[in-house]
Amino acid sequence: MLRSLLPALSLVLVLLAIAWLNPRAISYFGFSLMLNLAIPIALATIAQMFVIAGNELDLSIGTFVGFVGCVTATWLKDAPLIGVLILLGSIGVYALLGALIHLRNLPSIVVTLGMSFVWQGLAILVLPKPGGKAPDWLLSLMAFKPPLVPFPIIAALLIAAVVHFGLMRTSYGVILRGSGGNAAALERAGWSLLRTKIVLFALAGLFGVLSGMALIGITTSADANIGNGYTLLSIAGVILGGGEFVGGRVSPIGAVLGALTLALAASPLLTFMHIPPDWQVAANGAILIIVLAARVLISRRER
Amino acid sequence: MASLRLLLAKPWVWSFIGAGLVWLATVAFTGGYGGGGMITAALSLAVFTVIVGVGQMFVITLGPGNVDLSLPANIGLASAVAMKVMDGNDAMIVVGLLAALACGMAIGAANYLLIRALRIPPIIATLSASFIIQSIDISYGRGLQIKPPPGFADFTNWQVFGIPVLAILTVVFTIGAAIALQRMIYGRSVLAIGQNIRAAWLAGVNVGRTRFLTYTLSGALGGLDGALLAGYFRGANVDIGNEYLLASIAVVVIGGTSVAGGKANVPGVWGAALFLVLLLTMLNTFGVSAGVRLVLTGLIIVGVITAAGGQKALR
Repeated sequence: MLRSLLPALSLVLVLLAIAWLNPRAISYFGFSLMLNLAIPIALATIAQMFVIAGNELDLSIGTFVGFVGCVTATWLKDAPLIGVLILLGSIGVYALLGALIHLRNLPSIVVTLGMSFVWQGLAILVLPKPGGKAPDWLLSLMAFKPPLVPFPIIAALLIAAVVHFGLMRTSYGVILRGSGGNAAALERAGWSLLRTKIVLFALAGLFGVLSGMALIGITTSADANIGNGYTLLSIAGVILGGGEFVGGRVSPIGAVLGALTLALAASPLLTFMHIPPDWQVAANGAILIIVLAARVLISRRER
Repeated sequence: MASLRLLLAKPWVWSFIGAGLVWLATVAFTGGYGGGGMITAALSLAVFTVIVGVGQMFVITLGPGNVDLSLPANIGLASAVAMKVMDGNDAMIVVGLLAALACGMAIGAANYLLIRALRIPPIIATLSASFIIQSIDISYGRGLQIKPPPGFADFTNWQVFGIPVLAILTVVFTIGAAIALQRMIYGRSVLAIGQNIRAAWLAGVNVGRTRFLTYTLSGALGGLDGALLAGYFRGANVDIGNEYLLASIAVVVIGGTSVAGGKANVPGVWGAALFLVLLLTMLNTFGVSAGVRLVLTGLIIVGVITAAGGQKALR
């Protein structure tokens, strides 16, 4: 019980630390600023979560987000129809990868490692130099200022609710998670494992596309390397959120909470603590270790 | 004929055949010019991938989920430690190398401590560790580009009849690694754990010690690699190890080691490393742009692994 609350607890802890260090940050404006990059991180984490739900790992999601960002800042603005087709096509590529991994029984780590080169290369071909510009509708969407609650929080709630319903509350969601939990049993019950893998990878592609677009909506211009850090962040987010690498045990709400924790801890908290930029990467690692250590302690006690 | 068929059935042969084909394609393109120099250059660069590749191979052989993601950060930190300790002084070369080795071993041991004490999956443990190591490196290196001692730089670039001495030493090292893997209790324990950790434990294999040794070995090789890289490229920097995360995993898998664990292949690491280096040389020779080069590299990695097929269902 306590274990499932851990993702929320760690977020609250980070928030309390921020409130203690700088009470003024806990405001509409403060949250809008601090959670600025939380939306793309949360979307990328959800993408990774779908892949992990099927017992695979996607090491290419970061460069994929970068590729989508480059397409968003160029084709999607200048020739929207072609831009949309490219993005739909890239989701198709993800679906095909799922099929390939299942049919040839390939290790996903290696396939996605190879694909990370492909996406990075395509991103450089689309946008050789940093630049481009986000489409206006995307800019105004990401700059949306709803009353009372900052947009990133609403977006995070929305993402968590939609994915939670789809994966945890629908019958096909159970099948999808089952493909990671007990594939053999699922196959004997007549479900197609090929189809579950394709669906999981296509969903990862879809959320990767959303992440790249959201990212460019915030940064306004793109760069081929813009998403590179997202591979590790997304894996860390899923694990922080209570997900497991095997067994189809994932939690969409936890994943979004994990992503928010990482987004907050990554820089606002450290700036308030006067930690020099050199050590900000280390703080990410330390937070991961602390949360996982807490998880072990709690599991031990509950047993 | 029968022996040839037996040879072709070995998974590692294909990585060498691939390397040979890539070399032939490049030489055909240049009209036979620079074929020898290309092999020399490929050997000197492949060495660095082979050293970390062997460490990664032992780790991956431990079984599903075992992978060392801290290698790039490890290489970066060790390169800075080695250059600072050597301080441009030829008399300090051995001390600097030992310092880099010790630094790498400490990182490997810390990785295992996280895995063991916190029961974190190795991917996340080495990932978190790499964040911390990276920060230590940034703060320790402080953007200083420290030059290696002249003697050390010469040693890492030393060639005899067009063959890099470092490559010869690395071949000796890999032969040692192959013997350790197939003929020594340590290597057999690693294979046994990768095949079935519970069965290995019941059979009396010291699982904890073997895993500890394996992560420490991988760390030590990362540290050594960092020092050698700093010598070869004449200076340490934070990003020096970045490409070796993907490269170390790729050579292990292309070389015929099973990602599911329990089945390792040392010669394949050499073949795959030469294949990757020659592939880059070929694409550079063809004059393709950086973007196309990345796309083709990625597609070839995916193509090779697809052709080789998976042995994921080993368990």
